[in-house]
Amino acid sequence: MAVILDARSLNKSFGAVTAAVDVNVAVHADSVVGLIGTNGAGKTTFINMVTGYVKPDSGSIHYDGQDITAHAPRDITRLGILRSFQVPQLYASLDVRQNMLIALGIVLHNAGRGSFLSRARPNVPGHDAPAEEVAERILESFGLAEYRNRNTQALPGGVRKLLDIALTLAARPRILLLDEPTSGVSAEEKFGIMETVMTAARKEGATVIFVEHDMEVVSRFAQRVLAFYDGRIIADAPPEVALGDPDVRRYVVGGEAGRGAREERRPGA
Amino acid sequence: MTRDRTPLLLGAIFVLIVAGGPLLPQWALFILTIAIAQGLVVLGLMLLLRAGLVSFGQALYYCVGAYTTVGLTRAFGVSEIFVRLAAGAAVAAVLAFVLGFLLAKYRGIFFGLLSLALSMILYGLIVKSEALGSTDGLNVAPATLLGARPGADSVRYAMAVIAALVGTGAAYAVHLYLGSPLGRLGPAIKDNEIRVEYMGASVRYTIHVKYVIAATLAGAGGALAATTVGHIDPEMGYWTTSGEFVFVTILAGTGSVLAPFLGALLFSAIHTIAYDVSPHTWQMSLGAALLLVIVFLPGGLWSLFARGKAG
Repeated sequence: MAVILDARSLNKSFGAVTAAVDVNVAVHADSVVGLIGTNGAGKTTFINMVTGYVKPDSGSIHYDGQDITAHAPRDITRLGILRSFQVPQLYASLDVRQNMLIALGIVLHNAGRGSFLSRARPNVPGHDAPAEEVAERILESFGLAEYRNRNTQALPGGVRKLLDIALTLAARPRILLLDEPTSGVSAEEKFGIMETVMTAARKEGATVIFVEHDMEVVSRFAQRVLAFYDGRIIADAPPEVALGDPDVRRYVVGGEAGRGAREERRPGA
Repeated sequence: MTRDRTPLLLGAIFVLIVAGGPLLPQWALFILTIAIAQGLVVLGLMLLLRAGLVSFGQALYYCVGAYTTVGLTRAFGVSEIFVRLAAGAAVAAVLAFVLGFLLAKYRGIFFGLLSLALSMILYGLIVKSEALGSTDGLNVAPATLLGARPGADSVRYAMAVIAALVGTGAAYAVHLYLGSPLGRLGPAIKDNEIRVEYMGASVRYTIHVKYVIAATLAGAGGALAATTVGHIDPEMGYWTTSGEFVFVTILAGTGSVLAPFLGALLFSAIHTIAYDVSPHTWQMSLGAALLLVIVFLPGGLWSLFARGKAG
């Protein structure tokens, strides 16, 4: 399968803190990659570099053969790389539907549709329907339709997380980067959120890269795991191999979480 | 989906002014025209306020529109009112386009104070320039409408109708803009710039566009006011004038494109009545009015109508 994202020799330091040391990652289209590591290991820095929020000190990032290392975040977004955030980034004074309509409006604007002189309701590129219909469709597929008129500030944590991810679907991502999609969410909700997101991503044919601390979630949803430690990638393998790696167990997974993940895998293995 | 009633309301207001204008006394027509001129400035400020930006220097463009009118008349003998309005708006737009590269980088108090500083530079230049009339200002030659000069008894009515046409036209254009993808980004930028950028939109570009639209409206307002009053002076660009525009914006609220005009009319009415009743303390009456609105109608006067609709 073709390589869609190719990060080569990425290095990044924040003063004395080293966040990336010779990071090399080639991600194949349609794959699901889990990034694991303790806090400060370099997972979010990797996502921030790919999405243009942070520029690497050296190295390059290619998307579909195109060098995007120096691109601004919005230009990277326009190419089809979208992200969600550890702390959901929503429009706090607006309701769920309005949040989605604004996301779709940006897609329309970037496609040169929806001029203010036009009274027509143009189809959103890639969705083949006007924004109002697409908004409803995405909200339905994320189970958010019942919250459509609720202000985002008043939403439960899991719903906020889902909306943060659902907004990215407006732009039909080719690569979806999720920064801790299940953090701050109850244990019961975690798998539901991941199922919803993965179903939507699969439908879009999007490649998914997600940062996750819960090894059960990683082993269930990732096809490939990248383990970060101290800015380096110490393991790059399918979950059953990576999570069993001695270095990963020592530096990343730790005791209980590691055992939980292995037990979870055993019946299906 | 609820039907959009704004075009109908704007049309009705225009017809009302055209039909009811002849019944109004001259002074009322004058107040109405000036209120519409100021309403244009406030309409622009409303666009910026929706994006969380307060410009304390919008009188800069009001003043530029007014001085462009005089400059055009003196240099080229232009008296046609629509050319004056278009020129006032265009010069303001070009200036805002240039200054927008700087201002669109700033937010909050920095945006407010930088816009104030720029307006005071213009004020300082005019005050020091004899050619621009210094503190005395300049007289504005009467305007013509499509080549004809209205008679002395009908000039106020003609100006009110022109103001109504420009005001309702501008309000409708802004209404359309607010319904467009770029126009809707105002509250989104106010709430969360990070999300806007990560959805693929440029916050700086969006603010720049809004700033130019706001300046264009203010320039047209200044040109309209200059022709209506027949005299211009540097006070039009002074910071207290900018402050009044911000005052009216808060008073009016950001709920509809009609709100700025309603706010400007009420401001003029309170101003006129308060000055008449108590010439030395009229500012106190204005202050009290704003205080009441802020306490009881945090969404501005327009929230009265919005509540009515919801009920």
